[in-house]
Amino acid sequence: MTTTAKGRTWLLYLGVAAVVAYCLAPFYWMLVSSLRRSSDIFDTSLLPSSVSFENYRAVFQPSQGFGRALLNSLIVAGTTTAVALLLATFTAYAMARLEFRFKRLILTLIIATSMFPVVSIVVPLLKLFTNIGWINTYQAMIVPSMSFVLPLAVWNLTTFFKQMPDELEEAAMIDGCTRGQAFRKVIIPLAAPGIFTTAIISFIAAWNEFVIALSMTNKQQMQTATVAISKFTGATQFDIPFGSQMAAGVLVTVPLVIMVLIFQRRIVDGLTAGAAK
Amino acid sequence: MVDTKTPPDATADGPTGPAGSRAGKASASRKGSNRAWATAASGRTAGLLVSPTLLVLTVVVLYPTIMAFRESLYGVKGLDPKTGFISDTEPYVGLKNYADIFGDAGDRFWNAFWNTTFFTVTTVALETLIGVAMALIMHKAFKGRALIRAGILIPWAVPTAISGLLWRWIFNSDGIANALIGHQVLWTTEGFHAKAAVIIAEVWKTSPFIGLLVLAGLQVIPKEVYEAARLDGAGPLAQFWRITLPLVKPALLVAVLFRCLDALRMFDLPYILIGAQKNSVETLSMLAQNEASNVRFGPAAAYAVLLFFYVFLIALGFVRLLGADVVGDTGGPRTPQRTRRLRRTVANRAEVPA
Amino acid sequence: MNARTTRVLQCSAVLVAAGLVLTACGSSGGSSSSGQSKSPSFTGRGPITYAAAKDSSGVVQKVIDSWNTQHPKEKVTFVQLPADVNQQRQQMIQNAETKSDAYTVLSMDVVWTSEFAAHQWIDQLPAARFPLDKMLKPTVETAKYRGNLYAVPAASDGGVLYYRTDLLKKAGISAAPTTWAEMKADCAKVKQLPEAKGMSCYAGQFEKYEGLTVNFAEAVNSAGGVITDAGGKPDVDTPAAKKGLDFLVDSFKDGTIPKEAITYQEEEGRQAFQSGKLIFLRNWPYVYSLAQKSKVAGKFAVAPLPGLTGPGSSSLGGHNVALSSFAKNKATALDFMKFFTSETSASTFLKDASLAPPYESLYDDAALVKQYPYLPVLKKSILGAVPRPRVVQYGDASSAVQQEAYAALTGDKSSAQALKDLQSDLQKSAAQ
Repeated sequence: MTTTAKGRTWLLYLGVAAVVAYCLAPFYWMLVSSLRRSSDIFDTSLLPSSVSFENYRAVFQPSQGFGRALLNSLIVAGTTTAVALLLATFTAYAMARLEFRFKRLILTLIIATSMFPVVSIVVPLLKLFTNIGWINTYQAMIVPSMSFVLPLAVWNLTTFFKQMPDELEEAAMIDGCTRGQAFRKVIIPLAAPGIFTTAIISFIAAWNEFVIALSMTNKQQMQTATVAISKFTGATQFDIPFGSQMAAGVLVTVPLVIMVLIFQRRIVDGLTAGAAK
Repeated sequence: MVDTKTPPDATADGPTGPAGSRAGKASASRKGSNRAWATAASGRTAGLLVSPTLLVLTVVVLYPTIMAFRESLYGVKGLDPKTGFISDTEPYVGLKNYADIFGDAGDRFWNAFWNTTFFTVTTVALETLIGVAMALIMHKAFKGRALIRAGILIPWAVPTAISGLLWRWIFNSDGIANALIGHQVLWTTEGFHAKAAVIIAEVWKTSPFIGLLVLAGLQVIPKEVYEAARLDGAGPLAQFWRITLPLVKPALLVAVLFRCLDALRMFDLPYILIGAQKNSVETLSMLAQNEASNVRFGPAAAYAVLLFFYVFLIALGFVRLLGADVVGDTGGPRTPQRTRRLRRTVANRAEVPA
Repeated sequence: MNARTTRVLQCSAVLVAAGLVLTACGSSGGSSSSGQSKSPSFTGRGPITYAAAKDSSGVVQKVIDSWNTQHPKEKVTFVQLPADVNQQRQQMIQNAETKSDAYTVLSMDVVWTSEFAAHQWIDQLPAARFPLDKMLKPTVETAKYRGNLYAVPAASDGGVLYYRTDLLKKAGISAAPTTWAEMKADCAKVKQLPEAKGMSCYAGQFEKYEGLTVNFAEAVNSAGGVITDAGGKPDVDTPAAKKGLDFLVDSFKDGTIPKEAITYQEEEGRQAFQSGKLIFLRNWPYVYSLAQKSKVAGKFAVAPLPGLTGPGSSSLGGHNVALSSFAKNKATALDFMKFFTSETSASTFLKDASLAPPYESLYDDAALVKQYPYLPVLKKSILGAVPRPRVVQYGDASSAVQQEAYAALTGDKSSAQALKDLQSDLQKSAAQ
C-alpha cells in the first residue's frame, strides 16, 4: 500500500517534471538568448557566457515607444476581454438556460463566423474603418478582436453554465430571487473557474493579436506591443535583431504570467469559494 | 444571413429533435411544470440576451465575409499592353475561381488542403493528450503548484510571431536542437522534418490552452463524486475513465473544437518557422495570403471562402457531437445517471451554507 | 424572436448596402485617379507622411527633422512600418486598395517599381526635377517603368565577396579570385592548411526566399545569361544560364557550398563566416562593420563577385522613394523627395547608417572610403549590376525562380529541366 502510494507520488513528480521541462525549456532558451550580448547571440551554450542587458535596454529605448505599446496592448486586450465577457455571459446564459428556436444554428453561426481567415477580413474592415474615421483608434482594434474572442467566450461559458445544476437556481428563485439575481448570486460564483479561465484565454488571444492592430494604426503612440516588436530592426534591413526580439518576447509574456499567478487561486478554488458564500 | 440560413437549420435540427417548435414543450413537460421556461417570454429574453453578440459579429465578421464572398467571384485585373497599366476593374468570372481548384492550378490547393488537414489532426490529437495530462497534473495538490500552473501557461502566452522566431533559431542548422540530438537535420528544408518541426512548435504553444480549459472543467467536479466512487471500490484508472472523462467531456470538447478551428487556419508558425511557398508545410491560410499578396484578391478570397466552408462543416459536426451538453434543447434522454447524482450532490452542498 | 431576427437582418442589410456604396465610390475614385497619374499635377502644400521600415540608427528621423525645421508648415511625419519587407509591401498595397492617404511618400524596394507603377498606386514623376545624371545609372534604371520615372533612388546596394585574407595569404594566394574556377582552386589550397580544418569554401543565400532569386540571378548573369531580355521577355532556358545554375548545383554536390547553406538567409551566412566556417561568402555590405566586431576582425576583405570567365555581376538592391497616387499635398511631397534623395542626405545616410548612396561621387570621397573601405568594390559591383527581372508580376516571377532554383539545388530536378520549367512559368506569368 505505502509502496504503491510512494510510487504514485514518484510518478506524479516525474510527470510534473516532464511537462514543466517541455513547457519551459524553449522559454528558457528565449530568456538565455535575450541575455546574450549581440556579438554572441548565435551561441548554443546553455548559459550566456556573460550576462548582458543590452537587449533589454534596446527594447526600452525611447524611440521604440515600447512602454506605451505595452500600455496600448493592456487597454486593447483588457477592454476586449471585459466587453466580450459581458456580452458572452448574457448570450451563454440564454444558451444554457433558456429554450428558444434556432439555438443550435446560432451557436454554429457564432463559431463559424469567427473562423474566417483574418487575412481576408482585414481589407474590408480597413475600408469600413477608414470611412468612419476609426483609423488610429482603440475601438478599431477592439471591435475586430471580438471576432475571435467572443465566440470562444460564448462557447466556454455556455458549457460551464450548463454544468451547473438547474436546481440551484430554482431553489434561489423559490427563496424570492429573480432569475437574474439567482444567476448572479448562485451560478456565477460557482462557475468562477470557467469564467476566470475564459477571461485569461480571451485576454491572451487579444494580447497576441497582430494583423488587425498593424493594419488599423499608423501612429507610433497607438501601436500595440506585437506591432512594436514587428518594427524592431537591426542596423540594416538584413540584420535581424534577434536578441531584442527575444527580450521583447520575454517582456510581453511576463505580465501574462503574473496575471495568471494572481488569478490562479480563482481558477482553482472557484467552486469552494462559491460554495462557502 | 440569419434568415437565409433558416432552411439548413430545419435540416440540422431534423434528425435530433422531433420538431424544432415542439422541442421546447417536450422538454418542459418532461421536466415538470417548474421548468416551463420555453415560453414566448423566454424567447424574447433570449433574443435580448443574444442579440448584442450577434450584432457585434455581424459588423466584424459577417460584413467582411460577405465582401470576401463577393470578391471571390471576380478575377484578376488585366494589364493593358498598350498603356502598361493594370485596368481599374476586376472582371466578373462567376465561380471560375472555385472551379479552378479542379484544374491544373488545383495541385497547389489540394496540397495545401491536405497539409492543413494533416496538421490539424496531428497537432490537435497530441495537444489533447498533453493538455489533459497537464490539467491532471495542475489539478493535483503539491508544493509550488501555483508556480507550475503559471509556468505551464507560458508557451500559450508567448506571441505566435515571437515563438515562430524562437523555434526558427532552435531548429537552425547550427541551432540548439541539432546540438542536442548530435546530428545535423536541416529542419527548414522540404520534407517530413519540416512538418515535424511545425508540429513540435505548435503543440508546445497550444497544449496549455487545452490544459487550462480542462483544468477549469476538473475544478467544477465536486470531490464527493470521487469519494463515492472510491467507496464503490473504483481504482484511479476506473475513476478517470468513468468519472473524470465524462464530466470534463463538455469542456474538453469545446477546447478541442476551438483548437481544431484554429489549427485549420494555421498561418504564422509555418510561415515564420519554415518559410513561404514550401510545399511541405503550406496551409490554406498561407495559400490565401500568398495569392492576396500577389494582388490576386479574387482567388485569395475564393480560397478563404473554401476554408470557411471546411471550418463550418467541422463546426457543425462538433455541434452535433456536443449537442446535449452545450445546446441541450433537443429531445431524447440526455441526463446520464452520473450527472444526476452530481447535480444532487452539488445542490445539497450549496444549499447547506445558504 | 422573429422581431430579433428581423432586426439582425435589417442591420446586416444596411451594412451590405453600405459596403456596396463604398465599393461604388471606390471604383469611381479609381478612374479619376488614373486620369491624374497620366498627367500628374503636383499641387497642395501641407503636412505629409513618409512610410518606411523603422530605422534603428535614427538617421531617417534626423533627416526628416532637419526638413521639418526648415518647413514648419509642411511637416513630414515618419510612419514606421514592420521590419519584414513583405509586411511593408502588404501595408502599402492595403492602403492603396483602400485609396487611403495615410502614406504620402513610400520607401520602396527597388523590385516593386513596375508593379506599383502598373497598378497606378504611385505617380509618374518629372525626371527633370531630380539630379539623376549624377547617380549611378543602374540605380536610376530601377526607378523607371516603361521608360518613365516613377521613383527616385534613395539608397543602393550590391553583392560583394567577403574572403579570409589571412588564410589566402598563408596558402600563398595574393589576390581575391575573379572566376568561380579560381575560387575553387583557392579553396583547395586553403583547405590544406591545418587552421582551415572543417571549413567550407563558399556560401550565399539559398533558402527559398527573395535572397535565392538574387543569388540565382547573379549566377546566371555572371555566366553571361539573363532571366529576362532587354524587352522584358523571359529568356532563361539558354546554355549560358545553365552554366550559371550548374555552378551552384555542382558546388552543392561537391561540397564547395556546405549542405546547410540551403537554409541560409543573410544572417545565417554572416554567422557562419564570423565563426570561421567559411572561406568565401557572398553577402551585402552590411556584414562589413558587424564582422569587424567578431573573431574574424581584421582577417577579411571584400572583392567583386567572381563569375564564369571573369568578374561576375551582382544583383541590385536598395530603396527608392515614390509618391502615393492617393496622397494629398503632392507639391510638398515632391520637394521633400528631392530633399530626401539629395547628395547631402545620401552622405548623411552613408555616414550614420552605412547605406550605399546612389551618387557616384560619394564612392570616391577619401574620408568616406577611410570609414568604409569596401566602397570602391561596392561601386564596381553596382556599376556592373544587373537589375532583377523588371516585370509587373514581380512576386510571381520571383516565386517561380525560387521554386525552380530550389528544386535544382536540392537535386529534385536537373538544372536543364528546372530552367525549362522556369521559362514556361515566366511566360505564363507574363501572359496574364
